[in-house]
Amino acid sequence: MLNRETATFKRSYAEDMALYPLPLQRVTIAVIILVAFVAFPFVASVYMLGLANLIGIAALGAIGLNILVGSTGQISIGHGAFMSVGAYTAAVLSSRYGVPWWGAILGGGSMSALVGTFFGIPSLRIKGLYLAISTLAAQLIIEWVLNHVTWISGGVGAVIYVDKPSVFGLALKSNLAMYYFIYVFLAIGVVFALNILRTHIGRAFIAVRDRDVAAEIIGINIFRTKLTSFAISSFYAGVTGVLYTYYYGMANYEAFNLTISIQFLAMVIIGGLGSVLGSILGAIFITLLPIVLDTVLGSVGRMFMDAAAVASISTSLQLMLFGGLIMFFLVVEPDGLSKLWRNVKDYFRVWPFPYL
Amino acid sequence: MLTLNNIEVIFDNIILVLKGVFLQVDQGKIVTLVGSNGAGKTTTLKSISGLIKTERGRVTRGSIELDGHRLDRIDPSAIVKLGVAQVFEGRRVFEHLTVRENLLVGAHTQSNLSQIRQDIERIFNYFPRLAERVNVKAGYISGGEQQMLAIGRGLMSRPRLLLLDEPSLGLAPLLVEEIFSILKRLNQEEGLTILLVEQNVTMALAIADEGSVMENGKIVLSGPAEKLRGNDDIKEFYLGLSEVGTKKSYRDVKHYRRRKRWLS
Repeated sequence: MLNRETATFKRSYAEDMALYPLPLQRVTIAVIILVAFVAFPFVASVYMLGLANLIGIAALGAIGLNILVGSTGQISIGHGAFMSVGAYTAAVLSSRYGVPWWGAILGGGSMSALVGTFFGIPSLRIKGLYLAISTLAAQLIIEWVLNHVTWISGGVGAVIYVDKPSVFGLALKSNLAMYYFIYVFLAIGVVFALNILRTHIGRAFIAVRDRDVAAEIIGINIFRTKLTSFAISSFYAGVTGVLYTYYYGMANYEAFNLTISIQFLAMVIIGGLGSVLGSILGAIFITLLPIVLDTVLGSVGRMFMDAAAVASISTSLQLMLFGGLIMFFLVVEPDGLSKLWRNVKDYFRVWPFPYL
Repeated sequence: MLTLNNIEVIFDNIILVLKGVFLQVDQGKIVTLVGSNGAGKTTTLKSISGLIKTERGRVTRGSIELDGHRLDRIDPSAIVKLGVAQVFEGRRVFEHLTVRENLLVGAHTQSNLSQIRQDIERIFNYFPRLAERVNVKAGYISGGEQQMLAIGRGLMSRPRLLLLDEPSLGLAPLLVEEIFSILKRLNQEEGLTILLVEQNVTMALAIADEGSVMENGKIVLSGPAEKLRGNDDIKEFYLGLSEVGTKKSYRDVKHYRRRKRWLS
C-alpha cells in the first residue's frame, strides 16, 4: 500500500493495535476484499475460478509453511506429507463416519498438527540442512504409511473419494461455490498469520530464528517455541490438504509427494521468507507461471509452426523457462517478491526525496 | 595513498549513511577514525574494502582511490589483491581451524610457499602468544589471542594498507596496550599503513599520526593526532576531561555545558 505515515496519530490502544492503522491501508484492504468476494467471482470464467481456487489453496499452505520456515527458521521438506495427513484424515472422517465439513477440516488440521509436532521433535537437536533431511524422512515415512496401511487408505491405489462439502444443506458442486469456501479459509488463515506474528508467540518465533541462544537466555523455551511453530504450520498444511481433497473430490497420496513439498518451499522462498504477502505472491507465481508460459508459448509458437511441433517443443521449453524465471527473480531480489513490493513502497515513502 | 573523495553511501536505496566523507591516508602513517556508535566509521571501512555491496550498500557519490585505482567499482576480493586488508570488528576468526590454518587462509592470495612460511614466522615474532597456541583450534583461544590472530590473518595477505575495526573491543586494558604497541611496531618496522577505527580515543590518538572525528556520517574534525589530543572539544566529548589530567567533577557539570563547536 502506497501511503505515508505522516499526520496519523494514535489516540487509543485499539488504534495502536489495529492491523492496518492507516486510512488508506484500510481502504485498500476493503477494496481487495470487495474485488475478491464480490467482483471477481462474477466476472471470472469457470476456468479462471478453477485457477483462483488452486492459488487460494496453495496460498494457505504457503502461509503456513512460511510461519515455520520464514519466521521460525526451521526448514521442512515434509510439508507435502503433512498435507496428506490432513487430506486422509478428512477423507476417512467424511466418507466413513459421515463427519460434516467443519469436523473434517478441524480434524484434518488437528491430526496434521499432531503428526507435524511429532516430526518436529528432532528440531531441538538438529538444525538447518540436517533438519531438512529429518523432515524428508517424515515425508517418506508418511507416504509409506498411507500407501501400505490399508485401514487408512483402503488398499490398492490408496485413493479415497469424498463428496463435495455441503454448507447449510447446500452442496458446493460448482467452482464458484468452492471459490467462496476456499477463500473464506484463506482469509481466516491470512488474518491469523498476520496477527500471530505480532504476538509474544510470533516474536518468540522470530527471536528463535534470528539467534536461538539469545532467545533462550531471555527466557524463551526454544523447544516449545519450535514445536508450537511446527504445530501451527502443520495445522495450516492439514487444512490445505483437506481443501485439496474437497476440491479434487478425492484424497490421493501421490498428489502430496516430495515434489509438492519442494514446490511449497519454492513458493515461500520466491515469495519472501517471513512475509504473509510473500507467501501469497509466491503461490500465485508458482501456480500461474506454468500456465502463463503454456499459453504464451502456444500462441507465439503457432505463428511460426504447426500445433504438433509447438506441443513437442513447448513442454520442455516451459520447464526451462520456469526454472530460468525463478532464478531470474531470485537474482533480481534475493529476498523475494514481497521485498520487490517493499522496495516500491520504500521508494514512494520518501518520495520526492531519494533517501531518508 | 588512500583517498576518500567526499563519498556518499546509501543502503537499500533509501538510507543515507555517509553524507560526504573526505579522508586521506598517507603512505606509512597511522590514521585513526574516532566517533560514537552509529557515526558511520565501520561503514567507511566497509566501503573501502568493498563489503558494503554484500549489505545492499552503494557508493553513490564521490570516489575511493588507492594509488589511482578506483576501489568503489571493483570486487572485495580484487581490493585485497591491491593490498588492502580489513580486520573485522569482533574478530571473526575461523573457529574450526587451528591458529596456523587461520593464518594460512589469510595467505589465500599469496602463492609463494616459502614466503608464506616466512610470513607466519614474522607474525609469530610480533605476536609470540600465537606461537604458543599454533595447533589449537581458534575457537578455544582467548579473546585477546583471537584479536591477535585476526590481525595476523589480515597481515598474511601482505597488505600495504590495514583497515582495523575496533581491535580493543572487549579486551582487558593491558591487552589493549599490548596490541596497540604491536600495531605501532608494525607501522614503524614494516612501514605498514594503518587506518584504525576506535572507540578508545585515548589509545588511538596515542599511536596515531593523524586523526579524524566522525559524527552522523560526516567528518567533523581532522588533523594531526597531537593537535587533536590538545583540542578542547575532543577532550570534553571523547576523552572525558575538562582540563588535562583532571577528572570532571559533577559540581561543574551543571554550571557550563560545553557545546560542540563543529555543530552550528
